[in-house]
Amino acid sequence: MPANHLPARAGLGLKPQHYAQIIETAPDIGFFEVHAENYMGDGGPPHRYLTAIAERYPISLHGVGLSIGGEGPLDTAHLTRLRALIDRYQPQSFSEHLAWSSHDESALNDLLPLPYTQATLDTVVAHIDQVQQVLGRRMLLENPSTYVLFAESTIDEVDFLATIAQRTGCGLLLDVNNVMVSAVNHQTDAASYINRFPVEAVGEIHLAGYDEAEDAVGDRLLIDAHASRVSADVFDLFRHTLSRTGPMPTLVEWDNNVPSFDILADEARLADEAIGQASSQIQRRAS
Amino acid sequence: MSPVSQQARFAAAVQDPTRPVPDGVVSYRGDADPLRFAVYRNNVHVGLVGVLASKFPVCARLVGDDFFTAMARIYVADHKPATPVMMSYGADFPDFIASFDNARSVPYLADIARLEEAWAIAYNAADQEPLVIAQLAGLEPHSLLETQLHAHPACSLIISTFPVGTIWSAHQTSGITVRPGAETVLLTRPQADVQVTVIPAADAAFLARLLRGEAIGAAAAAVLETHASFDLAQALTGLCALGAFSSSREG
Repeated sequence: MPANHLPARAGLGLKPQHYAQIIETAPDIGFFEVHAENYMGDGGPPHRYLTAIAERYPISLHGVGLSIGGEGPLDTAHLTRLRALIDRYQPQSFSEHLAWSSHDESALNDLLPLPYTQATLDTVVAHIDQVQQVLGRRMLLENPSTYVLFAESTIDEVDFLATIAQRTGCGLLLDVNNVMVSAVNHQTDAASYINRFPVEAVGEIHLAGYDEAEDAVGDRLLIDAHASRVSADVFDLFRHTLSRTGPMPTLVEWDNNVPSFDILADEARLADEAIGQASSQIQRRAS
Repeated sequence: MSPVSQQARFAAAVQDPTRPVPDGVVSYRGDADPLRFAVYRNNVHVGLVGVLASKFPVCARLVGDDFFTAMARIYVADHKPATPVMMSYGADFPDFIASFDNARSVPYLADIARLEEAWAIAYNAADQEPLVIAQLAGLEPHSLLETQLHAHPACSLIISTFPVGTIWSAHQTSGITVRPGAETVLLTRPQADVQVTVIPAADAAFLARLLRGEAIGAAAAAVLETHASFDLAQALTGLCALGAFSSSREG
């Protein structure tokens, strides 16, 4: 069962302030991605619009609250809510994060990092097995953006993700902005992360804008802000990624200070151009 | 595994800025960098304050962003979301505002927050056809008086000593004048969108009794004792048209 039926096009995050314009103008966008937790109410305008948009576009369901990297058991009530959404909308893809966001029965509303050890690997694998079993489908797991490391980590992040994909059969969501943010923050090489990444497991790419800050000693610290256009270095890394993966469904994320839909559509057009170029390069190589 | 797990220590430190960076959480240099850890603290707090700001936008405009953010930060510090579904976060924020001394100079703020919480509930409530008055029209007068009405999932009633419906409306459209006085406000979603309607005090008293499970006749009789001009037929027609009820049960 493939993890993903999204087209190899640029997609956009679906925002309530853009519902009406999308229905009225039917923009040429490859797919729309929604945060699952925003559609866990019983009814009302969010479901009415998502139903209408799902009739016109492929939908990617992206969870932000499952806490797959949590030490404790998964929240089965939350899994049940996800299953209901998947049954209702039949999204072309479901993805979640290599992170934890709940602890001791309270939600922390952020994607928090975990150490990479044999013990955490086994926990994450067991959680993903459970998710895929309950949801009845393969999922995509997204690489995180991080600001700290753990002294106890013994496994490299790419190896950690590759082993999870191998053991669970899940696909991977390669967030290129997260790769750049973490590489700058931990002074590693973003391109070599991409070069080592198991591209055969990749089912979707994410792009976003980052913010600039400094840490306590004045080192450059990038913040995964989703509040601006995709920066030039991330876009270059995206082209490099496409040269390895081939054309991929690619989401442009913009979740804070959300601009007009036309600006989002322009970001999607730029990503579509890069995907198109990757496609023609591959055709040239094949001929 | 240590008695206090690694994530328990991380979670505690994220929520309490007076705690140090947890042991073993390091920068690429190997040191504990408080500014790096502060990014997580900031994400958690700013994220939850943002949830409140988007759920209570009129409250934020009434007191200004700086005051609202300061007040929300205090609430966020000891109110952790019970689930990852953020639309349900802040249900008791109106009660917090009511007990927040620094907000006393805006005495209607808590009731505006109640209205905005009710708006969010109505927005996400289950889709159900509201009861229409024609469904009651066929009943014998005696049966009608014994009938109970069940609230539509989107229905909430806000009873305030302040003109909260008009204040709220003045922040949606221009040209509305706010005059002092009590208001009773009904929130419903009869078709696609949430409706905020100021209804007569007598109708509100009647609806409040119906929502507590009283039959139509008993509720109307009680309201007539304090509101001599109460018109049962008009009130029922109006409340049904606004989508207050989902079903009825004959007594």
